[in-house]
Amino acid sequence: MLKGFFKKTKYVTTSSPLYEKPPTPNIPDGMWIKCTACEQIVYKKDLESNKKVCPHCGYHFRMTARERMDLIIDEGTFREFNQNLFTLNPLSFPNYEKKISEQQEKAKLSEAVVTGTGKICGEETVIAVMDSHFLMGSMGSVVGEKITRAVEEATKRKLPVVIFSTSGGARMQEGIFSLMQMAKTSAAIAKHDEEGLLYISVLTDPTTGGVTASFAMLGDIILAEPGALIGFAGPRVIEQTIKQKLPEGFQKSEFLLEHGLIDEIIPRDHLKETLGKLLRLHKEVG
Amino acid sequence: MTDIEKNLEELEKQLEALKEFSNLHGVDLSKEIKSIEDKITELRKEAYSNLSPWDKVNLARHSGRPTSLDYIGRIFEDFIELHGDRSFREDFAIVGGIATLEGHPVTVIGHQKGRDTKENIKRNFGMPHPEGYRKALRLMKQAEKFHRPVICFIDTAGAFCGIGAEERGQGEAIARNLLEMSRLKTPIISIVIGEGGSGGALALGVGDKIYMLEYAVYSVLSPEGFAAILWKDSSKAKEAAEIMKITAQDLMSFKIIDEVVPEPLGGAHKDMEKMSEEIKKYIIKGLKEVRNQSIEDLIQNRYDKFRKIGEYQS
Repeated sequence: MLKGFFKKTKYVTTSSPLYEKPPTPNIPDGMWIKCTACEQIVYKKDLESNKKVCPHCGYHFRMTARERMDLIIDEGTFREFNQNLFTLNPLSFPNYEKKISEQQEKAKLSEAVVTGTGKICGEETVIAVMDSHFLMGSMGSVVGEKITRAVEEATKRKLPVVIFSTSGGARMQEGIFSLMQMAKTSAAIAKHDEEGLLYISVLTDPTTGGVTASFAMLGDIILAEPGALIGFAGPRVIEQTIKQKLPEGFQKSEFLLEHGLIDEIIPRDHLKETLGKLLRLHKEVG
Repeated sequence: MTDIEKNLEELEKQLEALKEFSNLHGVDLSKEIKSIEDKITELRKEAYSNLSPWDKVNLARHSGRPTSLDYIGRIFEDFIELHGDRSFREDFAIVGGIATLEGHPVTVIGHQKGRDTKENIKRNFGMPHPEGYRKALRLMKQAEKFHRPVICFIDTAGAFCGIGAEERGQGEAIARNLLEMSRLKTPIISIVIGEGGSGGALALGVGDKIYMLEYAVYSVLSPEGFAAILWKDSSKAKEAAEIMKITAQDLMSFKIIDEVVPEPLGGAHKDMEKMSEEIKKYIIKGLKEVRNQSIEDLIQNRYDKFRKIGEYQS
């Protein structure tokens, strides 16, 4: 009977190509919240003061871009790029404009990524932070353009880049334009790479589809938060394709580490200092 | 469209019977035959000038549609297939190797679908694993080393979705190709010959020239996948195809591809020789257009080509 109180809200629409049903990214407006992983009841304030990590089991709840920036960037150092890039509807997709304005309202963001410069432990860096609360962090023209411009700016200013990815993949409503953002962002990373500059990719829950298959997997160093879902195809698509149940822990950060696909798993509590350390290490030119 | 095609094929059969009858009995029916032939051509022309996007999806997937190897054998000479990614294993869903085009060496790479069930099992229905993309990249780097242009044939429903593919980094393999192709120091021509499905297609698609056959499609996801995500109903693929803007003509109007290669009446499978000739013309023309650029210009132009794609307001 008690179960009814914590009934999960049904996930209605998703823009993500390859991912469905995220483990409740939205913290409801209550005082208490049930942990998605251990199902313990957590006092919301405790969760927030604990960087949105469950104090019982260590489950990492999803963060908004703003929360992530507050966590990682030195206070008062962030300068945002390209706040005024707005999404159009190149395919004349029914109700797309409406959907975008709803998402802007809901997520309090203009699009699914925030970019800019800021300091991490005193190190000047170009930073891009995606937000899965905005149309599942899907990549359309604006996300692709903002990431590309941020990386180009870093190349120009000889700065490192840190990108926090979280995305369901390419944005369906912009069709082929979304697909081409994968090539565009990857090409920008190539130019940054040619200059001998550092790119750290941080994978957070969930990172799938076209974002995994472009800039997210191209870091010189790839870090991930514990327990994050990371993959090319979403688990549902794979299950449907191969018609068998997926093994426990499949496509989680730990699985990727085991298969040699990422460099290290860093708990949120140590993320900032780890990034600071890596950025500092790459300043020393041998 | 398929209904019309069935009717036309029925008519063609009758025509054959008529011809046979005429030969056998020495009756001169040439006037009648000619008139029926003209009628068939006219009907077909009309049918094919009004194809819906979904019709084109079906044509692009037609089981008789020429595959990469069909074209490679007809367009190039001296093809030598090269296998393997030097790391995990050979992926038969992508073929690649060296050949000559009018006497000049080129590297040719393409998705490879099968003709029948047995071959499709070997080829995994043209859906590559990471090792397929890594083989493709290996051959591209080899082409760069030996200053050969790269010709890519795109024809896949998408990169394979499975446990092994994920374990070996499907996302990384595709991403790496996008990055390396964007700076490969040799010309790249990509031609979508059938289905251009998602990142698995794009991983052979970062070219200096991108062409699409007249009835080919190129999309962010298959219409089935698109319908499944947006409407939770993959059976609405036809509706999805109508709004996704996936035809060669759509992509031409978006300036995402450079040119549309016309197909023989009824589609590429109706006249493979003619289709190959036509593709060959485009490859030669494309190479001529990019060949006299310096490598720096070539790479910068390739960068700019993808850099400018995106629709937004600032």
